[in-house]
Amino acid sequence: MTEGLQSAPVLAPDKAPAASSPWHARFLDSDIWASFKRSKLTMLATFLTLLFLLAAILAGLVAPQNPFDPAQLDLLNSRIPPLWEADGVAPYLLGTDEQGRDVFSAILYGLRVSLLVGFLGVAFSATLGIALGLIAGYFGGTVDAVIMRVADVQLTFPAILCALLVDGVVKSVAGGQLSPAATLGVLVFSIGLSFWVQYARTVRGSVMVEKNKDYIAAARLIGLPAPVIMFRHVLPNVLGPVLVIATINLALAIITEATLSFLGTGMPETMPSLGTLIRIGNNYLFSGEWWIIAFPGVALAILVLSINLLGDWLRDALNPRLR
Amino acid sequence: MKTGMLAFIIRRALQAIGVLLTVGIIAFAMFRFAGDPVNQIVSLDTPAAEREQVRLSLGLDDPVPVQFARYLFRAAQGDFGVSYQFRQPVSDLLAERVPATMELALCATIFATVFGVLMGVYSGLKRDSILAKVFQTVSLVGISLPTFLIGILLIYLFSVTLGWLPSYGRGDTVRIGWWTTGFLTLSGWTALIMPSITLGLFQMTLIMRIVRAEMLEVLRTDYIKFARARGLTTRAIHFGHALKNTLVPVITIVGLQFGSVIAFAIITETVFQWPGMGLLFVQAVQNVDIPIMAAYLMLVALIFVVINLAVDILYTVVDPRLRTTIRQPA
Repeated sequence: MTEGLQSAPVLAPDKAPAASSPWHARFLDSDIWASFKRSKLTMLATFLTLLFLLAAILAGLVAPQNPFDPAQLDLLNSRIPPLWEADGVAPYLLGTDEQGRDVFSAILYGLRVSLLVGFLGVAFSATLGIALGLIAGYFGGTVDAVIMRVADVQLTFPAILCALLVDGVVKSVAGGQLSPAATLGVLVFSIGLSFWVQYARTVRGSVMVEKNKDYIAAARLIGLPAPVIMFRHVLPNVLGPVLVIATINLALAIITEATLSFLGTGMPETMPSLGTLIRIGNNYLFSGEWWIIAFPGVALAILVLSINLLGDWLRDALNPRLR
Repeated sequence: MKTGMLAFIIRRALQAIGVLLTVGIIAFAMFRFAGDPVNQIVSLDTPAAEREQVRLSLGLDDPVPVQFARYLFRAAQGDFGVSYQFRQPVSDLLAERVPATMELALCATIFATVFGVLMGVYSGLKRDSILAKVFQTVSLVGISLPTFLIGILLIYLFSVTLGWLPSYGRGDTVRIGWWTTGFLTLSGWTALIMPSITLGLFQMTLIMRIVRAEMLEVLRTDYIKFARARGLTTRAIHFGHALKNTLVPVITIVGLQFGSVIAFAIITETVFQWPGMGLLFVQAVQNVDIPIMAAYLMLVALIFVVINLAVDILYTVVDPRLRTTIRQPA
């Protein structure tokens, strides 16, 4: 006890900068760190998620081969089994596919595409949902009714159906073949449009509670314009639940992207994501080259499971009723 | 009270029509503005005059609201235009595919309900047993793993490695009127097993979790204690009294989820090359076949809306508590 008292003044300057940003302060004040240290599974999930992130970022350095540089591919090296099998060959840890592409390298680069689409998709849907939720909750009335009716209609359909539809329509409007980068943009767009509803509903609900509080009335009294009040004063106070939705939606976005790519409407084979790799590998399921599909599949499964566990833990840790 | 209920049902019906109209507008906008419908019908070297002829025959020069009304009117009669890829009426293509999807969705739902309830009851009654923990873990994995990975895993296990089950198609089907069924042949049944499990797994975990939670809750109530005090057998209490009361939410979920099952069949049908509506839709998206996409969207919307409406109405009929809460805001 005495130790705690003595260290309190020392701690104060550390906490001072955090207190200036309310979201940050709330995060530090909560016992999230303690809860994190208590759960071994969460630590494992965090470790794996960070590992995948790092692998994706450093793919260019870690991968023994650039799988998309045709000069580095040799058909003589095609369909080599993983290293530990009888016919394994040295640099190809997880074997090679039909075109002599190193499966391990392909996974690292595919991870990069999957995570990129996932993060951008979540960022887009969160931005869209938060903005619409803020507007609906802050202004109310007709604007609110219109936005929430659209949300209701969209919620009737599963996200994967929305994403497929948006994907198909954008492609037909664009016409012809899209470049891989453009396809990535279309995927982010269709995933973003499919997942905004949950953010909008959550934010709207919180805003309707917040906007009747005194600090908002004070902000209005000193004549701040509505956008400033919404984004600088209301927004930081409704971000907690958004963070949880975003984490869980990251896994969903990655699954959606992988599913679209698997269905053949996502990333092309020239710039494959994990889903595309699984689609390619699916062709070799019956000819005995199991490693072409198994490793991308395992990578996707572990990635999604880790992020889901992280999201579950975050939801519980941020929920004051469960503390 | 009667008028309150009627007003509620009318309001929900109007909402349902609103949803259908919105989807109709989206479908029409896709059909009309995403790409030029004329280009899809004529060949590249068709002269301009002939193109104009086609344009007129399709009524594309009429005012847009007129075109929209005509589109809806035809759609209501089951006429969704002609597929760009197959050069056949979309309604024929869909009708051909409906039985496959419906039989798959039905089997998946039955599988999910039976196993979901069994696993839920078991893990509710024996919460701390090892098997219950296994069920919990399986359900976490079932919710986390993408559907197509589960399908591929099953194919690898039961088709490639063991060679027990067919990996694609419906097997032999029997035609009864316009409906083709796989229920009357052995190969039809074996072909149904893996796609049904793949499609139903998510629903199964959902039902299992609900039944488990409901069982835990119901077993704590007074009337269960009273049943015990009356000296009823454990079996009679668990299955006659407790399980019966958990089934109301299960029926709701099964009903509401049937639309999602049909929509998620898109993925399962692609993995197993199951010749249903979902596979048709995916091929339509791949080939930018707008009439099929639009028709599928409207059909799924109709199924969703009808199910939601039916569940809402059934609710008010079955549960008297809801009637009073409905009356208040109205």
